[in-house]
Amino acid sequence: MSMKPLVQLNNVSFQYDIQENYALQDVSFEIYEGEWLAIVGHNGSGKSTLAKLLNGLQYPQEGTITVDGMLLSEETVWETRRMIGMVFQNPDNQFVGTTVQDDVAFGLENNGIARDDMIERVNSSLNKVKMAQFLDQEPHHLSGGQKQRVAIAGVIALRPSVIILDEATSMLDPRGREEVLETVRELKETHNMTVISITHDLEEAAKADRIIVMNKGKLYREGTPEEIFQMDEELVKLGLDIPFPVKMSKLLKEQGISLSRHFLSEEELVAELWTSYYNK
Amino acid sequence: MMDKMIFGRYVPAQSIIHRLDPRSKLLMIFLFVCIVFIANNPATYALLVVYTFLMVSLSKVPFRFIIAGLKPVLWLVLFTMLLHLFLTKEGEIIFQAGWFKIYEEGLRQGIFISMRFFLLILMTSILTLTTTPIEITDGLESLLHPLNKVKFPVHELALMMSISLRFIPTLMQETDKIMKAQTARGVDFTSGPIKERMKAIIPLLIPLFVSSFKRAEELATAMEARGYRGGEGRTKYRQLSWGFKDTFMLLLLVLLALLLFLLRT
Repeated sequence: MSMKPLVQLNNVSFQYDIQENYALQDVSFEIYEGEWLAIVGHNGSGKSTLAKLLNGLQYPQEGTITVDGMLLSEETVWETRRMIGMVFQNPDNQFVGTTVQDDVAFGLENNGIARDDMIERVNSSLNKVKMAQFLDQEPHHLSGGQKQRVAIAGVIALRPSVIILDEATSMLDPRGREEVLETVRELKETHNMTVISITHDLEEAAKADRIIVMNKGKLYREGTPEEIFQMDEELVKLGLDIPFPVKMSKLLKEQGISLSRHFLSEEELVAELWTSYYNK
Repeated sequence: MMDKMIFGRYVPAQSIIHRLDPRSKLLMIFLFVCIVFIANNPATYALLVVYTFLMVSLSKVPFRFIIAGLKPVLWLVLFTMLLHLFLTKEGEIIFQAGWFKIYEEGLRQGIFISMRFFLLILMTSILTLTTTPIEITDGLESLLHPLNKVKFPVHELALMMSISLRFIPTLMQETDKIMKAQTARGVDFTSGPIKERMKAIIPLLIPLFVSSFKRAEELATAMEARGYRGGEGRTKYRQLSWGFKDTFMLLLLVLLALLLFLLRT
């Protein structure tokens, strides 16, 4: 992971017309190339507004956003949208085409890509999300997870440098969720893609490189998953649920069972427990 | 139930009619609608019938699908026929029972007009049975393209049509879900007098409308995020290809029109 900032937010504030409070207030942070950044927060913490601002669907009233050195404004918005792809929450409401291949082609058509190039990109991106055998399938015959993978294919066909998952797994069953996250993880590995996942699922966030906690429109805390989960009760107060393995390690420690550290995944915790007797 | 109404239309098969360019099919239908009116005697009508049945057999669509498609309009055809039979008062009387008379011209008109009607419906069903809705949309967009010059929003219209087509099954599924939810809350959709049943539709329609508007808004955002900014500078993924068979079929129809002109009285 290089430490080159790809996206920079400087003192960004945003307020919806009809609301008194700021949806975002004086938020500044950087997103580095090739990292997986999770933005977590309770409903109304401003995390979804953040996604809209990054994609130029809304503009900040104060402060600036720069993407790859380019200031995000009405003039640069289309260029920015090509660089930052977005996958939304509802699998159905972002499926534009009548079939899988039409949907993947939609973004390419919008950007005026030549047809020969388009066919190649549709096929290769569907291959990458393992949906190539569903080329002519209609959306109502696909599961939620499959639809989200098609949405991802539609995004990567445009070869963006950043992909934003805006609660993209929250409407899926556990299997669909794992499918989608696995797909994104592979893409990140193989294409050095930068991933921003906006979520309230801390289990998902636990696998990120870095977490940003939002609360009431402000950046509340920033750190690695290990650092963030040290907050324990504080997270619960913010309306977030601590992942089970983290909770478990804490309870075990309280019972006097010494563990080497806080564990973020169930496998790690189990491995520590069943080997603990020998390691003593 | 509703599934069959719309999706039962297209019958996949490998026939020459299926493989025709949707543009040539649309043009043929348009032309056919015009030339049906040239026919005015038994010989010309016989020719039209032969042509239509040739098309039906070329399409390789099983007969029961065609019958199923014709059923709802058959009453209309019958009604037109009877109307002409009873109301035309020209030519010799060929049947009389008290005040009730049927004239020769009435019988002639009745048969011809209902035949015309029948053939038109048959031909349009062949179009919808052999062409997917999205192909029809693509064909229309391409045919209407020249209207762009007079600022007619062809691309927008085609996009609207294709999005509607894409969302029909989604909304059907949703209707089904809401129906079940409301049934669980005691709404009765299937029995009772018509008035009660109409009232029962309201708790179905309102949630459906609310969610559709929400869908529309989210879809618009998603489209914008994927770089949609109207038809300008857009390329097309789907491509239509006009082949020899399209020209041939169209010429066949022109030939039919010429023959009809020669044979009419």
